[in-house]
Parts: sequence; C-alpha cells; structure tokens
Amino acid sequence: MHRHQGRAVGYNWNWGIFWEQSPEGNGTYLDMLVQGLGTTLLTAALAWIIALVVGSAVGVLRTLPGRTAPLLASAWIELFRNMPLLVQLFLWYFVFPDLLPTPWAIWLKQLPNASFVTAVIGIGFFMSARVAVQISSGIEALPLGQRAAATALGLTSAQTYRYVLLPMAFRIILPPLTSELLNTIKNTSVALTIGLAELTARARAVQEFSFQVFEAFTAATLAYLAINLIATLAARWLESRVRVPGYGKA
Amino acid sequence: MRLMPLMLAATMLAAPAMAADLTGTLQKIKETGTITLGVRDSSIPFSYLDDQQKPVGYAIDICYKIVDAVKQELKLPDLKVQTVSVLSSNRIPLMANGTIDLECGSTTNNVDRQKQVAFTNTHYLTASMFVAKKASHLTTIESLAGKTVVSTAGSTNIVQLNQANATRKLGITVLAAKDHAEAFLMVETDRAAAFVMDDIILASFIASAKDPSAYALGDEAFSLAEPYGIMLRKDDVPFKALADKATSDLYLSPEGKAIYAKWFQAPIPPKGLNLNTPMSKGMVHAYAHPSDNPDPESYVE
Repeated sequence: MHRHQGRAVGYNWNWGIFWEQSPEGNGTYLDMLVQGLGTTLLTAALAWIIALVVGSAVGVLRTLPGRTAPLLASAWIELFRNMPLLVQLFLWYFVFPDLLPTPWAIWLKQLPNASFVTAVIGIGFFMSARVAVQISSGIEALPLGQRAAATALGLTSAQTYRYVLLPMAFRIILPPLTSELLNTIKNTSVALTIGLAELTARARAVQEFSFQVFEAFTAATLAYLAINLIATLAARWLESRVRVPGYGKA
Repeated sequence: MRLMPLMLAATMLAAPAMAADLTGTLQKIKETGTITLGVRDSSIPFSYLDDQQKPVGYAIDICYKIVDAVKQELKLPDLKVQTVSVLSSNRIPLMANGTIDLECGSTTNNVDRQKQVAFTNTHYLTASMFVAKKASHLTTIESLAGKTVVSTAGSTNIVQLNQANATRKLGITVLAAKDHAEAFLMVETDRAAAFVMDDIILASFIASAKDPSAYALGDEAFSLAEPYGIMLRKDDVPFKALADKATSDLYLSPEGKAIYAKWFQAPIPPKGLNLNTPMSKGMVHAYAHPSDNPDPESYVE
C-alpha cells in the first residue's frame, strides 16, 4: 500500500451505519443482518437434523454384515462427499426439477421458499455423507467383543446397534461431530448462490447499498464467530454430561 | 456548481504542478509511473472481457480518455496502464487501499455511495425494467401480480421492485439472485416469471440469450433513469477535476457520440451482438450537460 494513501484518505469508516435506515424501507441495516442471522440459524439447524438422521442411518448401513448395505452406503457417501457443495446446490436448484415430470417440476419451481428448502436438503445431504463416515468409524473403533457379546446375549441386530454399539459410538465421535456441526453452520453461506438471504448474503447487500464493506463483513464475521463459539461450548457441555465414567479418557 | 471542477482543472493546466506538489492519486501515479483500472468480467457493453481475455467496453474507452489526460498532465507519455478485474463485492476495498485508481464499469452513482467514493461525470442512464418470456405475455407491472419475480440481491432494482409490490399490493413473490447471470437463468428455467434490472443490462442478456426472440422487455419502468459513473477515491480534488474535465470534453465532442454508437448501435465483440440502443433523451441531456449529480430528477428536462 502506498504511503500517501493512508487509511483515512482511502476509506471512510462509519460504524454508525448499522443504525441507519436501509433503502429496503423496513428497518435499519442492523435489522437486515439480524434477519440474515435468523435465516442462517434456521437453515443450519434443519440441515443438521437431516445430516444427523440420514448420516446415522447411512453410517450404520456401512457397518452391517453382508455386501449390499455397505455398498449402498458407500455409494451415498462418495456421491455427496466428492462433489463441491456449490455444484450440488446448483444441481438441486437448477437441474433436478427439470428431470421430473412437468407438473411436478412446475410445482417445485413455484414453491415460495424454494431456495430455503433446496439449501436445507442440499446442505443436509452433503453433511450427511460426512456424518456417516464419522458414525461408521465410531462403530468400527469399538472392540469387536462388544458386538459378539451382544449377539451372545441374544440381542437382534437392531437391538445390538440401539443398546450396545451406537450409544458408545456417538460418545466417541462427539468431538469430530462438533466440527461437522460448525461446518454445517458455515456451509449455509454457500446458499447465497441460490438466492437464500442468509447472513453472508445480507452482509453483501448492506455493502452494495451503503458501500460500507468492512463494517458489514466485520459484523457478519463476529456473528459467525459467536454462533460457532456457542455451538462449541454447548457440545463441550454435552460431552461432559454424557461421558461414561472410566471410558475413553485413557 | 458544475463549473467548479472545470475551473480547478483550468487552473491546474495553466500551471502544471511539480511532482512534489502533487497529492493523492496523481502523486501515486507520478511516483509509480502506473495507473490501474478496475474492470468487470461481464458487464456488457460497459466493461467485459473479449475473446482474447482483454478488457473492452464503453466505460473502458472512456477511462482511456482519462488516462490520456493524466499522461498530458503529468508529462508521462510512457505511463503504464494496468487492469485489475473487480467484483461488486471487492471494488470498494480495492479502491480504498490504492489497488485500483478508477473503476470502469456500470456502477450506479447515488447519494449513499457518495459518502464513500466519488464519481466522475455520468456516462450512462438506465431505468429499472423487467424481462419476461414472450410466451408469458407480461408487459405491465400490474401483469406481474401474483407471479414470482427475481432481481439481483443488493441492487437498487430489488428495492424498487419491493416498493412497487408493497404500494400497488401486487402479491409478487420476490426472489433475490446472487448476480445478474443467475437471475436471468431463473427466468430461462421458469424459476421466475420476470427479472427486474437496469434496462441496458437486460438488453444485453436478451441479445446474448440462446434464443433472443423468446424474450421481451416490459413496457413500464419501475423508476426514473439512474446515472452510472466511473468511480474514484473520495476527497481527491485534483484527480477528480482532471477526470471530470477529460470526460466532459469527450461527451461534448463528436468523439463521445462516436464511442457511444460504437458500443450501443453497432456489432460488438466477441460475438458481434448489436444492442440497437440509440441515445435516450436523458442521455442526450447528460452528454450536453456533463454532471456527476446522483439525483435522477436532474437528468429529466
């Protein structure tokens, strides 16, 4: 940077921008960011539920005896894990509807919250592949004797997973699962490319209207930092709550 | 008001300043022997890359006129011109930190933005219109009632669309697309019935669509025509005076009209599209009375 282009000359800081009325006419610039934050949280929460439910199912399938189930699970994982999230959201939003019969396509395209629904499902499926890998690693990390012991007790496969394997597997993978939760929150920002008005999109809109780019993105950065810190602390608390005394912390 | 920059420029030309007396952008250009233009990738026909990946366009031609004036003013015939590709999201930081000296594109000049940057004389005027597929027979703003309509997030156009929707109780579902190309894609794939944007941008999307005859502009504008300006750093009086003088000289000369015709009324690279857009009344006025006024009313006679 040039000596004579001091910060004061080049950029006009205005932290008061957040309290000014936005040209959208329904509140201040701060309100714009708060709305975006709400959309980010809702999208992340619903996508995380999908990721956990689908990811757990696929993760379990991957550890089942036999060949078909693990093969299907691996196919799901590789499909969703190996394609950039951006590409997946584009495919879901712009290409997928046209593969359906026309009446369905029209119905789908005219959903009022199409970009929100697409983002929740798209990000949920993408993250489910990552959760599935964690779940199956967690199950595989358990001593083989646990499964054998469950079988010896006469538990069915479903009971073995429900009462023996999964409770321990989930505890083992809680820390990496926390990272995946944080990734889910951050990945919602990709949904701005399909028109979702989440936090990053709203920060961009603030800078387009006011040209106060650094203020807008500083606020967005602090908001992401705050939600991720809260999520991390909540996960730590959960970890200590559900810890089995004497297990794991060898 | 408008005379001020001209008078300043005249004073400066009468007594060329020594390098030591220069300030701001002119001093930086003198010391580095380089001027850097911020250019856009796909703002047809204002500023975009041709098939050689070279920045071309109406705003680029105008910027080169400012560059010529800088060469003369600083007696730097060998002044180097660099171009840096900018996006709407990074043009402000790049201008603030001195990476680019002029932004040559299609940036709307308005009061809020003038708190952060300055603009030289208006080089284009454009109103908010909408494009729709001809088959949908949408021509008036009323006809969009109950439909899904897209515009670009963060644009003044989406604000005007929302206002029309609220005041006229149209019940339009408004979608916000990330950029113009994606908004047009939404109309192309029937995600949205119409796309609201600056008329000239819509004209260039129609002209470059797979089937230009499938699309039509509506008949009704959402706003008065708003000015585009070439952006420079705020509070840099000597550089702004020079840019204002260079652009007003150009607009008042026959060369200005020739540059306009070259980009708006003749085939343009890379595909030989012709936008067929003669000067509007407002544009004739803006050329005859060069001004950096952000107020759309000031361009209505």
